[in-house]
Amino acid sequence: MSDQKKPERRDFLFTVSYAIGAVGVGAAVWPLVDQMNPDKSVKALASTEVDVSSVEPGKSITVLWRGKPVFIKRRTQKEIAEARAVKLDDLKDPEKDEDRAKDPEWLVMLGVCTHLGCVPLGDKGEYNGWFCPCHGSHYDTSGRIRKGPAPTNLEIPKYEFVNSNTIKIG
Amino acid sequence: MSNHNYVPSSKLGKWFNDRLPLLSLSAHLREYPTPKNLNYWWTFGGILTFCLVAQIVTGVVLAMHYVAHTDLAFASVEHIMRDVNYGWLLRYFHANGASMFFLAVYIHIFRALYYGSYKSPREVIWIIGMIIYFLMMMTAFMGYVLPWGQMSFWAATVITNLFSAVPFIGDSITNWLWGGFAVDNPTLTRFYALHYLLPFLIFGLVILHIWALHVPGNNNPIGIELKKPSKDTVPFHPYIVIKDLFALLLFLIVFAFFVFYAPNILGHADNYIEANPMVTPNHIVPEWYLLPFYAILRSVPDKLFGVIAMFASIFVLVILPWLDTSKVKSAIFRPLYKQFYWILVLDVLILGYMGAMPAEGTYLLIARIATTYYFVHFLIILPILGKKEKTLQVPLSIAEPVLGGSPNPNTIKKKELYN
Amino acid sequence: MKKFVKSICIILSFATFLIQNVYAEEKKILLSTDWSFKGYFGKFDRASLQRGYQVFTEVCASCHSMSYLSYRNLTEKGGPEFSKEQAKAIAANFEVTDGPNDDGEMYTRLGKLSDKFVKPYQNDKEAIASNGGAYPPDMSVLVKARSGGADYIYSLLLGYEDPPSGISLDDGVYYNTYMYGNNIKMPKPLLEGQVEYNDGTKATEEQMAKDVVTFLAWAAEPHLEARHKIGFKVIIYLIIVSILAYLSMKRLWLRIESDV
Repeated sequence: MSDQKKPERRDFLFTVSYAIGAVGVGAAVWPLVDQMNPDKSVKALASTEVDVSSVEPGKSITVLWRGKPVFIKRRTQKEIAEARAVKLDDLKDPEKDEDRAKDPEWLVMLGVCTHLGCVPLGDKGEYNGWFCPCHGSHYDTSGRIRKGPAPTNLEIPKYEFVNSNTIKIG
Repeated sequence: MSNHNYVPSSKLGKWFNDRLPLLSLSAHLREYPTPKNLNYWWTFGGILTFCLVAQIVTGVVLAMHYVAHTDLAFASVEHIMRDVNYGWLLRYFHANGASMFFLAVYIHIFRALYYGSYKSPREVIWIIGMIIYFLMMMTAFMGYVLPWGQMSFWAATVITNLFSAVPFIGDSITNWLWGGFAVDNPTLTRFYALHYLLPFLIFGLVILHIWALHVPGNNNPIGIELKKPSKDTVPFHPYIVIKDLFALLLFLIVFAFFVFYAPNILGHADNYIEANPMVTPNHIVPEWYLLPFYAILRSVPDKLFGVIAMFASIFVLVILPWLDTSKVKSAIFRPLYKQFYWILVLDVLILGYMGAMPAEGTYLLIARIATTYYFVHFLIILPILGKKEKTLQVPLSIAEPVLGGSPNPNTIKKKELYN
Repeated sequence: MKKFVKSICIILSFATFLIQNVYAEEKKILLSTDWSFKGYFGKFDRASLQRGYQVFTEVCASCHSMSYLSYRNLTEKGGPEFSKEQAKAIAANFEVTDGPNDDGEMYTRLGKLSDKFVKPYQNDKEAIASNGGAYPPDMSVLVKARSGGADYIYSLLLGYEDPPSGISLDDGVYYNTYMYGNNIKMPKPLLEGQVEYNDGTKATEEQMAKDVVTFLAWAAEPHLEARHKIGFKVIIYLIIVSILAYLSMKRLWLRIESDV
């Protein structure tokens, strides 16, 4: 019974069976994992369109997008100039204002402090931008971190103007 | 039972095993001596374990999306079916999985009835099994209420109303069960909590069930007690593991057919209508696996005695090891019992069919006869048979030929002894 | 093993017989047609689904809600597969209540893909009151909620007849051969030429009934095609692995069967 050939053939059958079985187990496990991924109704709300026609220069609105607040600020010329004048070396997270606001008049960013997630307050702080009361982070008129524990600038989501009055976020 | 000589091969293994003997347990399970003549009716224990784990796993992931509130339950199930990734698959798997679970448990129970697996020294295994079966029925009943369809609501109403039959305190009991004056949101939320809990109790009982089994070891088709280990036994791994796996795969093919090609055929269309307390369905029917009990319940014209008869039909199974007085285990060697066994199978199928029919006219008459016969089988026929039946000669081992000479050697096909 | 297989076959055939008869309501032979989605390899006919959606919107939706569907479902694979632009335009035909706005008021806006199908009535009571005391059922899962499924609804749509002699019906009640109890409060909904199909198909009663029921069948089972596809792969796979398991089992058991 213990031929040299026999064990080889026997092992081959078992190896093949294990391999094909493993594929099946993997395929069976995938739905159990994937069901926790965002479902279709959540993904359908992945973009939001916002009407900004009523926003005056110097004012901002806050909208809910993917469950988080988004600040949409219509900046005055003074605020834009202030943002552009900042030297990159002064920034903890160097980023040009031009890269953050394609249309300089409109600043669209996530209202979530990059430190631990609180919502910063507008028109506050030493840099005329936003101030986070939780641990004292100061953001400038471009939403960049200038002072305080936050490591990075306020996040800019993907957005575009679908017409002159409407911004689509996400 | 446990092999105290097992020593893990690695130092880490030995260190761990000395503190928690999981590796010894694993070795015991691998080496566990199993009769080598087990036929495919013995594979359903493994299949049932798979069913339990599968229901728990799919149940937990469904619970991540289901909402147990009367305003939202039906909608949350539709959300699962439509929006959740593979939600339709998980839901159909869980719903049909319940049916497959019961199909397997009935085959498992009827195997025990045929081969006398409930007899001494396996009475406790049998009783634990009956408790598991009862908990399964409760779990399935409560699970069926959760989608909050018409059948969910009305089945819950009918079955919980049964408890009002208890004298004096019946109404208090039903109000306590309902958490109100009718089946409503409090009932739904508590059924959800208990539906989540009971399977874990079942899991614990299954461990006790297997532990109790490992004391005497498995019964086998010829119903003789074997020395373990011996020439007549094989180690559980790999011989029984591979056989159980093969049987499980065949079972999964049947399961897959239902899930993918006929996912609603075992259910009732009315459960796709949202629960409406003002409108009763034309025919209230439970799921198929509860139909025999439903038939027994409705056979008795009196409400309280109907409930008693229904519970008695389970109780009679619990005390079966003491009702069946025969010393011979396997029906192979009990030609009369074998015939009564098949009549019982037919009786239970008839009860099931009657459970789905309206409880009137000929249907009701047949249900009553079948109910009476069910109790006659267990309470009258079995005790008498044990004393009076002339059994065939039982062999002394699997490997050795039949000694002595049975009344008719042709009644025992050699094949039956092996597979 | 053979005995086992034989017993299983007997049990399964008995069970099949039982299943077919167990939940039998009144056994009327239903009308049927060649549904594209029936059978193991059934799929939905896209054109029929789109026509069916048209019938649903123009004929049924004035009374019947389909509240579990969203406009985005119309673009998903396995369904009518309207393009995103088409579905956006469809959604924009409807007014959706949203709010409250910053003044605290509810307002209406045009529908979006993410919105659920707009309901014809605010709530069930309004629906009942507007329909002579009868509730027009929501159609999201109607095909699964009726014994006989697609065939039943198809039969019902085509089953309006004059009541047999001797039977008189109240006002607002109509005679239908296939409705349980034969009385139905919905007047015959489909009349020849009632809908002008966008793709030019002739709108006979049978055609409209077939298309709208196909649409309803998809609405109830939007993942039917995926289910059939995956099911086929799963069963083939299980058959292959069963064969491998069987061969492995036989190979393993050779080790001891020589001792018998």
